[in-house]
Amino acid sequence: MLRSRTGFITLAFIGVALACLPFADLAITTVNPWRELQRLLHGLITPDFTATDELLTAFTRTLAYAFTGVALGAVAGFLLTTVFSSRLVRAFCAFIRSIHEIFWALIFLQCFGIHPLSGVLAIAIPFSGIFAKVYSEIIDEADPLPARAVPKNTGRLLRYFFTQVPEAWPHLRTYTAYRLECGLRSSAILGFIGLPTLGFHLEAAFSQGYYSQVGALLLLFYLLIATMRLWVRPRLVPVYLVVAPFFLGEGLPIIWGNVTRFVTQDIVPRPLREGEGWQGLEPWLTEILVNQALPGVWNTLLLTQMALVATGVLALLAFPLISTHFTGPVRRTSGHVLLVIARSTPEYMLAYILLQLWGPSMLPAVVALALHNGGIIGHLVGRMSDEVPLRQGAPGGFNRYAWELVPRVYPPFLAFLFYRWEIIMRETAILGILGITTLGFYVEGAIQEIRFDRAMVLILITALLNIAVDALSRRIRAWLRLRTRPTCEA
Amino acid sequence: MAALEVSNLSASYGGERVLGPLSLSLAAGERVALVGQSGAGKSTLLSLLYDQAGSGTAFMPQDLGLVDTLSVFHNVYMGQLDRHSAIYSLINLLFPLQKPRGEVQTILDELGLGDKLREPTGELSGGQRQRTAVARALYQQGSMLLADEPVSALDGPLARRIMDALSRGYPTSVIALHDVDLALAYSDRVVGIQDGHIALDEPSSRLSTADLQPLY
Repeated sequence: MLRSRTGFITLAFIGVALACLPFADLAITTVNPWRELQRLLHGLITPDFTATDELLTAFTRTLAYAFTGVALGAVAGFLLTTVFSSRLVRAFCAFIRSIHEIFWALIFLQCFGIHPLSGVLAIAIPFSGIFAKVYSEIIDEADPLPARAVPKNTGRLLRYFFTQVPEAWPHLRTYTAYRLECGLRSSAILGFIGLPTLGFHLEAAFSQGYYSQVGALLLLFYLLIATMRLWVRPRLVPVYLVVAPFFLGEGLPIIWGNVTRFVTQDIVPRPLREGEGWQGLEPWLTEILVNQALPGVWNTLLLTQMALVATGVLALLAFPLISTHFTGPVRRTSGHVLLVIARSTPEYMLAYILLQLWGPSMLPAVVALALHNGGIIGHLVGRMSDEVPLRQGAPGGFNRYAWELVPRVYPPFLAFLFYRWEIIMRETAILGILGITTLGFYVEGAIQEIRFDRAMVLILITALLNIAVDALSRRIRAWLRLRTRPTCEA
Repeated sequence: MAALEVSNLSASYGGERVLGPLSLSLAAGERVALVGQSGAGKSTLLSLLYDQAGSGTAFMPQDLGLVDTLSVFHNVYMGQLDRHSAIYSLINLLFPLQKPRGEVQTILDELGLGDKLREPTGELSGGQRQRTAVARALYQQGSMLLADEPVSALDGPLARRIMDALSRGYPTSVIALHDVDLALAYSDRVVGIQDGHIALDEPSSRLSTADLQPLY
């Protein structure tokens, strides 16, 4: 197994994850975790839809934030593709997408306060970075011949809009629709840090122990995502886009003095602000690096590597649930339902719920990350396995799984997994806000102490860590000669 | 006066020379038919000629270079992308204006595609697609045409109708044709390509079908 590159990489990553275990805190600390789980399940089967007003606001706000944010991000990302050949633009996009929506929201909440602008920008900015990259990749794959067949003196921009963009248009649309689903999840979790979306109501219901309300919110959210294909129609999308800004709500008025103060004072490193000059900067920075960044990075890495391997294991176990090579239609339908639930629940929301049930440790985080990402990859690999043609008389059952399917889907499976490595790390950092000591924990701490300069340094470090992991993942994929179409990122 | 003049043109593919070295000169008002077996190097030659040709040249590659997701109107309109301002063209991309629509319609009527103005090109048959590319070349109203098998997917009478239209629109042209009769009927000069070299270069009036047989 060590002879093949895929085998070597697989064993190496499993080895690293196992080595992480002794350093990680994986205890269940609540006195009676199963009773909490029981109450939640009971809430799910006895959902309480009576608070209709509140449910309605929660969902219109969540949808409005998602639509406005994703639309702005898509337009900005699309415009960025025209200059994406510039190295500077590429670096800029890599940077803005390496910072999680929640971190952006935390920053904007300090500037604009609880105002729709904070939430919309928090989605639009990282999304535009992602759109710019993926749109460019898709457009680059367009057939170059039409661009050659137009008159020679045609300007670059017209050539681009008349030949390359229309060629790629169907793929751009599919990808944008998929991203809208991600936007809905992002919008929902923005509520956990105070914006008026789904997460806000979920947290309120949880903290008061209204499990039936939690059940209603969760069930409606699944319904919304599962039926997206029905209500996201090409003809309806323009309507949604026009209407969405009117449903963002008012929020509190923006105090522009705060914005100026935040930009010109709050985020300036303290030694500089207080006139200690560059000499004061070094001890200040060292203190942050040693006491905050280092433990934060260490825990983020531990959690990421464990979650990555757990995701892989779960995806490989889950894909037969929906593969046509195995189960009957009934079992396959329930498999689909399970995977839809797993992948449409944001990691953050899952981690929040599991933390309530099991108490603070890395265990709920690992399980949440593995469930969500394993659901996504399991779904993709399952669909891919349907395209594997089996010879007549191929073995059934476990032998079919182990000898016929897994060897064939393993390379694309690894590609998806490495593609999600950076995404898992981005989420891991964020889960710190829930009390697990990853980088987000220290960012949140710094913000609560109103030390925004410190928070900015930590967010910057998180971004660099993500960029590094992304680069490493690209190297490994190249070494393993794995190729995935960008649209399969799902 | 030469409309196009190339010398020592050659092309290699995977380290192997597939064309040339060859030289060719084309006078204004001269229609050249390019004949030869498939794989002889006609397409490569046309593509290289286009690289050397002036900016007013219309190019119709064998694979047509249509944008399947756009309508026939848009694909034809692209022939004049260099004549209008970017804003005017972008407006036409989103909302086709009446004037260009009328102009394109006239050309499509002539080619028997009158009812296809709004149809996405990807949903047309092979012959209809070919005529769309012809319409684009005609709409361009360039000074010279380089076309690679422009009527290969069309049957007899229609093929002649399209060749008539191309002849009227472009007095100066190099057109690759595998149909020997069409080649003789719609050219002033025939250039035969064999193994990447010019094996024959004669005025059409001096040639008969039999003279071209050795090339195949």
